Amino acid sequence: MATLYIDNEPYEVSSGKNLLETCLTLGLDLPYFCWHPALGSVGACRQCAIKVFKDENDKKGRLIMSCMEPVTNNQRISISDAEAKEFREHVIGWLMTNHPHDCAVCDEGGSCHLQDMTVMTGHAYRQFNYKKRTYKNQYLGPFINHEMNRCIQCYRCVRFYKDYAGGKDLDAFASKNNVYFGRHEEGVLENEFSGNLAEVCPTGVFTDKTLKQHYTRKWDLTMAPSICTHCSLGCNTIAGERYGSLRMITNRYNGQVNGYFLCDRGRFGYEFVNASSRLRVPVIQDDVNGEVTLGKLLKSISSLKDSTIIGIGSPRASLESNFALRKLVGSENFYQGVSQKEWGLTNTVLNIMSKGVVPSLCMKDVEKADAVLVLGEDLTNTAPMLALAIRQSVRQQPMKEVAKANIPAWHDAAARELMQEEKGPLFLATLAATKLDDIATDTYRGVPDTLARIGFAVANRIDNSAPAVADLTPDEQKLAQKIADALMKAERPAVISGTSCGSEPLLNAAANIASALHKKNPRTGIVLTLPECNSLGLALLGGPAIEKAFEALPGSKPTAAIILENDVYRHASAESAGQFFSSCKCVVVLDHTASSTTQKASILIPTGTFAEADGTLLNNEGRAQRSFQVYEPANGIRESWRWLMQIGEALERANLAGWKSHGDVIKALANEIGDLKGVDKIVPDSTFRVDGQRIPREPHRYSGRTSMNANIEVSEQKPAEDPDSPLSYTMEGLRSLPPSSLIPYFWSPGWNSVQSTNKYQEEIGGALRGGDPGVCVVKPQGREAVYFTGIPQAFHRKQNEFLVVPFHHIFGTEQLSSLSPAVAERSPKPYVALNPQDAMTLQKKEGELIAMKIDGKPHQLPVKFNATIPFGVAGFPVGLPETDYWHLPLWAEIK
Amino acid sequence: MTMERPLTQRIREDKRPLTLKEYEQVGGYQAVRKMLKMSPVQVQALVKDSNLRGRGGAGFSTGLKWSFVPLDAPKPKYLVANADEMEPGTFKDRILLECTPHQLIEGMIVAAYAIQADSSFIYLRWAYKTAATAILRALAEAEEAGYLGKNILSSGFDLHMHLHTGVGRYMCGEETAMLNSLEGKRATPRAKPPFPQVSGLFGRPTIVNNVETFCCLPHIINNGAAWFKGLSLTGDAGTKIYGVSGKVKKPGAWELPMGVTLRELIEEHAGGMQDGLKFRGALPGGASTDFLVEEHLDVKMDYTSVAAAGSRLGTGTIIVMDDKTCPVGFVKNLEHFFAQESCGFCTPCREGIPWVEKILNSIEHGEGRPEDIKVLEFHTRYLGPGNTFCAFAPGAMEPLQSALKYFREDFDRHIHDKQCSYSGLTHKKLETVNRKS
Repeated sequence: MATLYIDNEPYEVSSGKNLLETCLTLGLDLPYFCWHPALGSVGACRQCAIKVFKDENDKKGRLIMSCMEPVTNNQRISISDAEAKEFREHVIGWLMTNHPHDCAVCDEGGSCHLQDMTVMTGHAYRQFNYKKRTYKNQYLGPFINHEMNRCIQCYRCVRFYKDYAGGKDLDAFASKNNVYFGRHEEGVLENEFSGNLAEVCPTGVFTDKTLKQHYTRKWDLTMAPSICTHCSLGCNTIAGERYGSLRMITNRYNGQVNGYFLCDRGRFGYEFVNASSRLRVPVIQDDVNGEVTLGKLLKSISSLKDSTIIGIGSPRASLESNFALRKLVGSENFYQGVSQKEWGLTNTVLNIMSKGVVPSLCMKDVEKADAVLVLGEDLTNTAPMLALAIRQSVRQQPMKEVAKANIPAWHDAAARELMQEEKGPLFLATLAATKLDDIATDTYRGVPDTLARIGFAVANRIDNSAPAVADLTPDEQKLAQKIADALMKAERPAVISGTSCGSEPLLNAAANIASALHKKNPRTGIVLTLPECNSLGLALLGGPAIEKAFEALPGSKPTAAIILENDVYRHASAESAGQFFSSCKCVVVLDHTASSTTQKASILIPTGTFAEADGTLLNNEGRAQRSFQVYEPANGIRESWRWLMQIGEALERANLAGWKSHGDVIKALANEIGDLKGVDKIVPDSTFRVDGQRIPREPHRYSGRTSMNANIEVSEQKPAEDPDSPLSYTMEGLRSLPPSSLIPYFWSPGWNSVQSTNKYQEEIGGALRGGDPGVCVVKPQGREAVYFTGIPQAFHRKQNEFLVVPFHHIFGTEQLSSLSPAVAERSPKPYVALNPQDAMTLQKKEGELIAMKIDGKPHQLPVKFNATIPFGVAGFPVGLPETDYWHLPLWAEIK
Repeated sequence: MTMERPLTQRIREDKRPLTLKEYEQVGGYQAVRKMLKMSPVQVQALVKDSNLRGRGGAGFSTGLKWSFVPLDAPKPKYLVANADEMEPGTFKDRILLECTPHQLIEGMIVAAYAIQADSSFIYLRWAYKTAATAILRALAEAEEAGYLGKNILSSGFDLHMHLHTGVGRYMCGEETAMLNSLEGKRATPRAKPPFPQVSGLFGRPTIVNNVETFCCLPHIINNGAAWFKGLSLTGDAGTKIYGVSGKVKKPGAWELPMGVTLRELIEEHAGGMQDGLKFRGALPGGASTDFLVEEHLDVKMDYTSVAAAGSRLGTGTIIVMDDKTCPVGFVKNLEHFFAQESCGFCTPCREGIPWVEKILNSIEHGEGRPEDIKVLEFHTRYLGPGNTFCAFAPGAMEPLQSALKYFREDFDRHIHDKQCSYSGLTHKKLETVNRKS
């Protein structure tokens, strides 16, 4: 700690930080542009100038840039010094010489950091009266719009894109007052985190192109805290709606989870909510006469009163919805809605996480890990934000040298200069090349079994009581030793694996390594990724796999099925799914989006998406996080759990009796499922008020409320009431900081952009005030390491068959985001990836169709060369709308 | 007593660069032999003792600069010769580069040994083609003769030396921007601290010195610190290559004792003003120094004295302004140069200097307004040292602030008369800086 005098007032502050973040932490207003809490300082914009004085007798002082100077004890600085203020005002004056002043037509207008800082400095009169410099803009793909004239050359975009996210195709070009930020030529921005440019840019150069398609001012949005549903990491988001359509997703800071950033799938995948594939009205298959009313619907369902009903849950539906279904049908009739294979994988993960000894790491911890081993996962495509965290982790070891040279960690340019291309240990054992390879110490490629074997070998090298692997090549032995040594040397090693390779031995190997390391170093952590946003929650609820439901069906008395937010065809082959549906007496499908499954529905019930429902999801870390309804959907669309409450009533099921609101469901859930105890307390309940006030979903600047529905009714409609949360659907309510789990948007007086996040944090870049939201409910309960055995045999290629392994795509693999037009534009077409040498043997050129027979089913797919695939192996893109479902890896005939 | 000119006395009449053999015949590389018998610390102490100050412009003590390099730091350590001579009006290093490349190499070997660097670069201005040819040949000769490479003269000391030519950016003359450029990055400067001595080229300890500085070193080794100090007329040691350009009778560059007066330089060595012209003022050390005027003619041209007169010795190459040249147009041309050469990294420099240029252009073309002076003045105030990222913008403001001080009536007359009163000197009217109506 240090004493810092700011304008003669003493403050106790932490030492080691720079003066800018210190002032901001104290809640003082100081304008800045180029500094960013996650990117550090470079001193380019000169906006955060303050005065520093030698001692109390020094009245003149000297201007310094607060972002570039560390706090020192008993230092005297001034923010309000006249000269400092005048300089800061001039900086805005300079920046404004060429700025187009087009706020009225700019997407950022009103939520723009440049506007805020302009007002903060007091710059109001333009002295520059010459022509402005202009630029040509570039087409940058479906996600990001480019408007270079607005640029104030803060360099944040390239620092985020290149330095932080590892992008290669955005740069600063030219010089003097003609510096240009863009691509070397027009084209799609390749990096998977490009969307963050819209938030990193302090003005309107890089903006969200999907928002532009249905633009609204950001303060005109009705917003709620949300959780991303497009992978298992559970990034915190803010979702905003106007006129009944979801308009945009922005980052919701969570110091433990996603920090300041989101991946492009998470940011731009939301448009499935507005897509034409949305189900908006109930359908009863046999009822072709007019509208299906609620009464008709419930009556139709009540006919199932005496039937056995099986429930098929979903890894992409909330805990509440899955639990409501389980209650409705009884736990003996509840199935998880995932294939046996996926069931096995997620339960293995759950076992490792709950019965093992090694704690799961949050993403912040992964950033801080100083040695990382990735076993199997192509993280950029399966859990993108984890890949971004790893990109920061490789800086940890070189940062120790930076510290030794007395360069503070926030002094970004100097730190990067000193460390050059030095990277800490990162080992990637994957199916083929990945986008993290450029920062890897070593890469190793093979089929899942091969990767598992190297993993088992590493564990054995760390602790020889872990099972040993026979028949490793000398190179593999050397690599295993190298990895083991690096992990053992680290202070905070992390082992990362996941389910995407479809291999249990791989998960077991990862667990063995982590357990072995943990014996020696209790700061060891493990991260296991899962297929969907609530895979872990579903696994915790229990119930057998979908195949068991298929088996349970025939022979017994006529049975109905309720399928919850799930496309069965993504978890089972078309054949078995079809058979299942035809042997059901009645198929009730609750979902928000049309799929092959909804086409089989006897009764189809339209449900709310994540944006139209309250729900709790368990991320891969075991963190329970609540997502709130953003807006009440039209046409009687309801949350699945609410439908299930009503269905329960229609079926006269006592299990659900007395449930009125979300609070009842979550309370019952917390009481009944021991592992989820306390999950009802992760956010304040619906009765929570501050001074009697709810937390408004709409900012006080929200416009048009009294007239927006005037075409329907001239009197202002009564706003909807929310029985499920302490949030309101109006502008009125709490104006001060809400609890951290209930932040619907970031705003602070004078801070209209996302930069106002500063005001919500205990310390800049640290936890939100009151602690970061979300509670880990899965914790390792094991007492000592128990090693998995069952080491797979070495892989041998077959004569006329290829081992087909799953390839994942950030854009394409996940079902819902793929329905968003912008994401769909980036998704690949089906292909089969082969090693060029194998393709040559098959006499196929790149792009030529290849005939393959998987599971006895013939296919024709174009070949894609991938020199990093092992011989005798084929990569197949899973999850694409046009690709079939198989339990990969699988041997297949390819000719 | 004959005047000693250690740096230039070996230059041939025909300006052809000395071959290795020729250089050795006149005592070349003796300093390397002598120095290798000393310890690096001894070499540093000798140079510190000689009071040699950096000839690039800042005038920082060379020996002191070296002492910040941690001697025990693991290799690689780097040495860089700043031969990116692009300061307007400056051509002193060019003479040394073109005529005595071996002298530079010898000086660099001395410096590298003193800081125990094993790898070195000569960062040469792109346009110095003749020098490049001479240096490449000299490097090959020196390597062949065992003065460069592994185990130099069987001493166990290794030094590799490479020529790197820039692409014509003035910014690269700033040592940290030069290091970025050498690394293949954008030529933007770096924040100090950390200084290059700790984290320089490729993040390793690095010393960057000017060509003229290096050329002094062999002579200091050969003749000692006292001798070097004795060369000077004042407290700043050694000789200095001074240059004079502008409308004088004999523009040129001469090696003279440190501390000759401005008057002697202009009136004796440069032959005085051209007929019919009067001295109005001079930039004493390149474009980025403050004007000196008539009252300063007897100022001694050394670091201390010029600073006391309100300017900087800089490169010691003087640009003379005569009474028929419009000071507004003169400064406008300079600011045009600086606006073009700004790297674009920090706001005040990137946006401020073009604004200054546009205003000066307006004033020069009779479109000036009285309030323009205020805008110029706040630029000279706020583009000062510490406010901008590096010394570029403060340097750019030096001729302007001193012009406003000494030639203010010219600015006011332009604005009042709505025209430039200096006949025969029309400046190209730049379309881009036309004021909006």
